[in-house]
Amino acid sequence: MVDAALRRIVSLPTAAWLDSPVPAARFILRGAAATRAAAGQGFGLSLPETACRATTDGNRAALWLGPDEQLLLAPDGEAELIEASLARALQGHAYSLVDVSHRQVGIGLHGPRAEWLLQSQCPLPLNLRDFPAGMCTRTVFGKAEIVLWRPAEQVFRLEVWRSFATYVVELLCEIDRESVA
Amino acid sequence: MLLIQCPYCGLRPELEFAYAGQAHVARPADPSATTPDQWTEFLYLRDNTRGIHAERWRHVRGCARFFNALRDTTTDQFLATYRAGESMPVLQQAGQKP
Repeated sequence: MVDAALRRIVSLPTAAWLDSPVPAARFILRGAAATRAAAGQGFGLSLPETACRATTDGNRAALWLGPDEQLLLAPDGEAELIEASLARALQGHAYSLVDVSHRQVGIGLHGPRAEWLLQSQCPLPLNLRDFPAGMCTRTVFGKAEIVLWRPAEQVFRLEVWRSFATYVVELLCEIDRESVA
Repeated sequence: MLLIQCPYCGLRPELEFAYAGQAHVARPADPSATTPDQWTEFLYLRDNTRGIHAERWRHVRGCARFFNALRDTTTDQFLATYRAGESMPVLQQAGQKP
């Protein structure tokens, strides 16, 4: 168990379109197709095979990051459970499973302005045709690397490495202030 | 912004990529059997092509995978990209997208 103090990140600004960061269990799974199929059984959710797409089931999600790399998201406190069930399901497979729960911060954006705010610093086209709901990818926001996921049309989730979280959120808030003024 | 076709993710902005040197440089199978000159050539000497150049790129801020590309060094145009391990595609005509 990691001490709660470790999870406390520097306080982030708040805004109506911004969700306060919620601690989560996060894993990076690396492995080939057979491993993914077995891992899906252990995780209770079939992992995405299509590039840049995420699959969800209840409060668990699997995000495609690369052809053999997946980011698994689950509610906080389930890390040990997931680790054990995946270890069971993946017995005999070649894989790597790394707990990155405390490496990154999950930032949620919602509302009609979310897309516009992200687009201001993200080089990818974020309109619904090029970045539909269900799409996820690693990309850049300003000078920080982020994982961007769009669970619904007006909902975004960013996974940012902890030390970049303040930069990303403050930049978003500054763009918001400037555009309103 | 220059767009690069990642063989895994599709068309993506150049900002997400990193250049990784000349492609198809094979490491000698038995390094201890090579002469110093051969080893120097493998380690340091690269082509300085004017025209179509096969090179490695990495989609470092995307899927993070390495892949190969054919790029015209005079125009900076990407003529083809292909996955690492695949053989170099044959271009139909120099300067034309295959």
